[in-house]
Amino acid sequence: MSTMNQETAKPKDELRSQNSSEIVVNNVSKVYGGGPFAKEVIKDCSFTIESNKLTVMIGPSGCGKSTLIQLIAGFETPTSGEITMNGKPITGPGKDRLVLFQESALFPWMTTYDNIMYGPRARGEGGKEATELADFLLKKVGLEAFRDKYPAQLSGGMQRRAELARAMINKPEIMILDEPFRGLDNMSKELMWEYYANLYEEDRNTNFFITTDIDEAIFLADRLIIMTNLPTQARHVIEIDIPRPRKIEDIFANQRANDIKKEVMTLLHEEAMKSFSGGSKAAADFLEAYSKRAE
Amino acid sequence: MNITKLKDKVFSRAFFRGVIAISIFLIIWEVGARFESWYGYRVPWIGLIPAPSAVFESWGGLIGDPSYWMSWQMSFMRVLGGFFAAMILGIPFGLFMAVNRTFHDTAFPTFEILRPIPPLAWVPASIIFWPTAELSIAFVTFLGAFYTIVINVLGGAKSINKQYLQAAQSMGASQWDIFRRVVLPATLPSIVVGSAVGMGITWEVVVAAEMISGGGGSGGAGGGLGFFIWNSYVGGSYEQIVVGMISIGIAGYFSSEMLRNLGGFLTPWLKTR
Repeated sequence: MSTMNQETAKPKDELRSQNSSEIVVNNVSKVYGGGPFAKEVIKDCSFTIESNKLTVMIGPSGCGKSTLIQLIAGFETPTSGEITMNGKPITGPGKDRLVLFQESALFPWMTTYDNIMYGPRARGEGGKEATELADFLLKKVGLEAFRDKYPAQLSGGMQRRAELARAMINKPEIMILDEPFRGLDNMSKELMWEYYANLYEEDRNTNFFITTDIDEAIFLADRLIIMTNLPTQARHVIEIDIPRPRKIEDIFANQRANDIKKEVMTLLHEEAMKSFSGGSKAAADFLEAYSKRAE
Repeated sequence: MNITKLKDKVFSRAFFRGVIAISIFLIIWEVGARFESWYGYRVPWIGLIPAPSAVFESWGGLIGDPSYWMSWQMSFMRVLGGFFAAMILGIPFGLFMAVNRTFHDTAFPTFEILRPIPPLAWVPASIIFWPTAELSIAFVTFLGAFYTIVINVLGGAKSINKQYLQAAQSMGASQWDIFRRVVLPATLPSIVVGSAVGMGITWEVVVAAEMISGGGGSGGAGGGLGFFIWNSYVGGSYEQIVVGMISIGIAGYFSSEMLRNLGGFLTPWLKTR
């Protein structure tokens, strides 16, 4: 991995989106259903996704993070409150905000290359510039040899990398990732962190990354937002000031990283306790996992 | 398919097992059918059926008979005609119902009431409705495949993973592009399955419709394989009944094989699973 960093030390200008862009979530609430069955998933939630930073949001599973993504991406609208991008309210999906979903959304009927080229071709921009960028990204995510394979022929980690490339070729102003590495084994996961961090360091576009994994959060984040349980609110923000490029060993050896980890765990533990008294299944799971980790 | 592949297939274990199974089947059939003339005891059920050797003999006499091949041709033309008409109308109909809510709400209830009516129940009405017997048979065959194709296309298009659509949308694709490059290929496997099932039903329907509608022109040869069987039954030639049945089996097999190949060609990504 270190050799790869040196090779591509100079940022690839083509990948950088022209604008700096920030998203402000202001007092947003989201209620599903109505009447006695109404369920408030997000309540008075406010936070900012700062421009040209990698913001990671962490919270107990099932706490409405994915709903937040649906709102920011514009697939759904908030019940109250407002989400703005560069001051303008978000009214629908757009190519300025690309979403990487939990499960692979690669098109099974297209090869890796055609998948990556989907966005440019859909917009009628499939020219030389796009094909060169596609080749560059294929190399960057280590899938040159799998260029003409279908997604079903790729491993889980390869699929995630292909999807990263498919998103990045569109030069989104903001990339939104919804637990993209969930379900991968630990080895592939750490490999994915390095690939992804490396790609991020290349362009430094605004990234919004959602996870339940504390190590992942600390390794990747510039800013870390910690969420409360349902109804979701932003509880605390930590600036992760560990210098880049980071190494996987950093999160285990670095004193600063360990301090942050302790702080995050304490906060998440409090959240879990709160909802545990309310009888949440997710919280009970978290408590169990937490007490195992603390040993 | 190249020579090595063909060789592998012919000498494979699966092929060998198939040959053994068919041989045993034929031997049991032959012995069962001949038992009465050999030992004076009629084996129940199987003893009433003409022996395979007699069937093949009768078949041998038919190979040179143009009217036998005419029956093949007529049935094939009806099946393919009805089937392609069902594809040409059914696929766009199903797709349009899947993507357009208003059209779905308007067309679906009527469709669902008509769907459970067996195609054969349409035979009398269609004889009254259509000017020629040929058209009524074609219509009934068409119905056999149409409903199955529409239901499969509709189901396939409706069950597309929502994230494919959201991903395409957020990459800036137009509605038309999403339809052409996401909805259509995502529905293709269902289209292939619907067509294969529809093709099977078409053969069932065409044979029954031919039995009902009679010989048509050219001295009974215009009646197709269904009429061929019926005619053999009326004429008391039991060997020819079996010849007709096996002919339909072979014809159906070729139709399905053709569709399977076409389907495999259209959906190459499914082979990699």
